[in-house]
Amino acid sequence: MNAPSFNAHGVWAIYRFELGRWFRTIWQSLATPVITTSLYFVVFGTAIGSRMGDIEGVSYGAYIVPGLIMLTVFTESIFNAAFGIYFPKFTGTIYELLSAPVSAFEAVLAYVGAAVTKSVVLGLVILGTASLIVPIHIEHPFAMLTFLVLISATFCLFGFIIGVLSNNFEQMQVVPMLVVTPLTFLGGAFYSINMLAPFWQTVAHFNPVVYLISGFRWSFFGKGDVGIEVSLAATFAMFLVFLGVVAWIFKTGYRLKN
Amino acid sequence: MTPIVSIQNLTKTYKSGLQALKPTSLDIRPGEIFALLGPNGAGKTTLISIICGIVTPTSGTVIADGHDIQEEYRDARMKIGLVPQELTSDRFETVWNTVRFSRGLFGRAPDDAYIEKVLRDLTLWEKRKDILQTLSGGMKRRVMIAKALSHEPSILFLDEPTAGVDVELRRDMWALVRRLRDDGVTIILTTHYIDEAEEMADRIGVINKGELILVEEKATLIKKLGKKQLTLVLQEPMTAVPAELAEWNLALKDGGHELEYTFDANAERKGIASLLRRVTDLNIGFRDVHTTQSSLEDIFVSLVSERGRA
Repeated sequence: MNAPSFNAHGVWAIYRFELGRWFRTIWQSLATPVITTSLYFVVFGTAIGSRMGDIEGVSYGAYIVPGLIMLTVFTESIFNAAFGIYFPKFTGTIYELLSAPVSAFEAVLAYVGAAVTKSVVLGLVILGTASLIVPIHIEHPFAMLTFLVLISATFCLFGFIIGVLSNNFEQMQVVPMLVVTPLTFLGGAFYSINMLAPFWQTVAHFNPVVYLISGFRWSFFGKGDVGIEVSLAATFAMFLVFLGVVAWIFKTGYRLKN
Repeated sequence: MTPIVSIQNLTKTYKSGLQALKPTSLDIRPGEIFALLGPNGAGKTTLISIICGIVTPTSGTVIADGHDIQEEYRDARMKIGLVPQELTSDRFETVWNTVRFSRGLFGRAPDDAYIEKVLRDLTLWEKRKDILQTLSGGMKRRVMIAKALSHEPSILFLDEPTAGVDVELRRDMWALVRRLRDDGVTIILTTHYIDEAEEMADRIGVINKGELILVEEKATLIKKLGKKQLTLVLQEPMTAVPAELAEWNLALKDGGHELEYTFDANAERKGIASLLRRVTDLNIGFRDVHTTQSSLEDIFVSLVSERGRA
């Protein structure tokens, strides 16, 4: 029996395995980000938000919804994908993946696909939770879903790279906690960068997260800090950069095999 | 006979500069049990890891069941099963799920009947719903074999398959390996246990410091390199070996109570008869005669230590 040119069974096996791992702890996986996000809504949306005026015609409570979803999607995408590839390295079961008739593309498709699924589900659950607290109207639902999937995939690829490079669990936490979360807070998750002084607006444009949040927010309210075309292009660019790095990792076996 | 695994001039030098495998060529015959012996760090696992795709070779080629392991890696890997040395497992998975996962990973459609057969053969069926972390070391080893067999490979690599398992399980493993061979699976195993190779292997390769020192039929190897010893238990102790027996190069043992004659297995016929005649002619009385033959372990230690001195 000759091997098929695409190992669909292999991709499905990894995908199922990864989701199975998630389902074993589904309540913890969902409860933690949902509770955290709800607290953000309570504090910023209700308690403080009620004292703040509208931003660009949108109530503050609703305005921060896309940013809060992004905050969770960024960190959870990175962590899920990083854990997915780091755990087999840690336990030694990576030997099975490396010795299987699975191409680099198939492995990435399966691991990142599973991580994206988790992130998208999580994003939608947070959106549902938010809609119970503040009234939300989504102007461009298809664009919202597209951004959600694309941004999840981008950060899952990023997480995959972090998982490959990490030597221990602590290292996996460094980038999400010390880089991504600050960039998200400074990238307009809770405010419009147009509210900043001109100098800081210029500085903010060097923050890639600004373009992602802006694009996602545009899909909700039809307006963002930068043009939708710019947001979309920046998101695609990030996706392609991380995809290129992951492809290189598999091609060379860097940090995966000797 | 076309080899099922053909290794040509395979080498591996790590980035550190360590040459783990010197140019190595080896043909494995279909349906045989081939044992690869060698001390720690000899290059056994490196060789296996290259064939299985875990380590990238520096140079050379490997053809597995007609497929180049690099150019046609999908076809080659579908034919190969690997049981690694380390006991690794997805500790929170059930036995059934992890074996089913392995089958899918290797590109095979689900076949619950086949997985059931594998689990029953390995006496794992009753444990199929158990979580891996609750299993004993021996059971985990069986699960790893089940995973390696899940995609019906024609070539099975067993890297130290009985390391750390009890005697009973070792015997079970040996029986299992023989059954697999009877089913047409080619087995390549590495082991530290010489008796394991002696018990199971059809052919033996000895590897040391990255170099394949020899490859030989087990029986031929023991015959060719094996030493035999004839011991005469004397009626009266001696203080020195008589000069008339000098040509046999005898050794006096046990305080002069035993005469020991060491000879190559090949020289067996001409040596013993003439020695016994001469002893009788010299009126040297003896109460008992017994012979011993060197084991594979003796041969292995001898080979490796000779190379070490060279």
